[in-house]
Amino acid sequence: MFDLKGYGNQIATGAWVTVEIFLASLALGLIFGLITALAKLSRRAGIRKAADLYSDLIRGLPELLTILLVYFGLPILIARLLSLFGIDFYLEVTPFAGGVAALGIYFGAYAGEIFRGAILSVPKGQIEAAHAFALPSFQVYRRVILPQAWRIALPGLGNMTLALMKNTALVSIIGLDELMRKTSMATAVTHQPFTFYFTASLIYLALTILTSIAMHFLEHRASRGVKEAQA
Amino acid sequence: MIPDLIVESLAPLLKSSVLTIHLTCLTLAIGACLALPLALGRLSRNRWIAGFCFVYVYYFRGTPLLVQIFLIYYGLPQIGLTFSAYVSALLSLSLNTAAYTAEIIRGGIQAVPAGEIESASAMGMKRRQVLYRIILPQMVGFALPAYGNEIILQIKATSLASTITLMDLTGMARTLAADTYAPLEIFSVAGVIYLVMVFSTSKCVTWMEKRWTVYRS
Repeated sequence: MFDLKGYGNQIATGAWVTVEIFLASLALGLIFGLITALAKLSRRAGIRKAADLYSDLIRGLPELLTILLVYFGLPILIARLLSLFGIDFYLEVTPFAGGVAALGIYFGAYAGEIFRGAILSVPKGQIEAAHAFALPSFQVYRRVILPQAWRIALPGLGNMTLALMKNTALVSIIGLDELMRKTSMATAVTHQPFTFYFTASLIYLALTILTSIAMHFLEHRASRGVKEAQA
Repeated sequence: MIPDLIVESLAPLLKSSVLTIHLTCLTLAIGACLALPLALGRLSRNRWIAGFCFVYVYYFRGTPLLVQIFLIYYGLPQIGLTFSAYVSALLSLSLNTAAYTAEIIRGGIQAVPAGEIESASAMGMKRRQVLYRIILPQMVGFALPAYGNEIILQIKATSLASTITLMDLTGMARTLAADTYAPLEIFSVAGVIYLVMVFSTSKCVTWMEKRWTVYRS
């Protein structure tokens, strides 16, 4: 049943591209998420409003539409904005860059909410104490707030990370040669769509299982020295 | 020129969002019917039933919906089962949401205090009565917040029906964007329609949660 007719290599290459796009958009999404969370907690109302608008808007859109909007729409928007300043420039976006940007923006909108809640869960007294020790604000974040917020945020981030892994398949729609598209190409020649799509689904399953094992490991590591509530 | 385009695209986009709503409601209903037996199966003492339900839930939650749709629409004909695009979308979206809903229901069932179930059987209720009178009514209250999220995720998931030629909101938007060469405007209008659907749904869910759990306050 799993005779891949010599397409095994192609599919392995595609799976590797899937892993690349996953890692790249995860990194981008975490950065967007952290910036969004800090903006949501900003003292300036304008910055807070902008961050809320970003996360509320994106979370109401389907992943596929976000990808289409970012890949086809964003370059036009940028070109129009620049032309207001008299600059004539069109940004060429590759499917890989467009996919990573879209998935990163999507992940960031959810991660922003998760980080915000986690940062708020750090006891206020600790932050005041850190300030009383004259730690600069940046150090308060780096040494006191973020390590503890990270632990609280991990379960929520884990769910979103699994969703991100699966959402990478959508980037095939804008023509990136990842696992899904390589599989489609193979079915066009071999006329064995069930065999190939089923194989692809098992590869995705293996990737999501690996991701969830990694998340468990991180959660375990982040809660060193913490007494957890017993249920 | 740009405002004209938005006005002209609004009518076909709104018309196609009827299919989006139709797919959402129908697949959620079919999914919920499949989910209850799946959730009870996961909690079953029979190892084969529990094992089957476990594999089902993990397969459908661990693989992308896009693969599931392609597997049913393009893949099944290889083994002699051919479905139309509409039926394939209906099937894959229902099977997919069933797996997620089953886990939500299972969580709701397990949140019912064991003492209540024990006292119900001590009062002489049969297992079926305990299920219908004690477990399920409370399960709904526990499961509603998570199920509200699932409804919203399902509205968004139906956009994948466009990948197998269905003309739902995303499908129509993709066609119009290709015809007019104005992807920014068309996809933005489609996005606004999705936002309206998602926000009104989440308002409804909050209201329903309050109604179902009045006894708690």
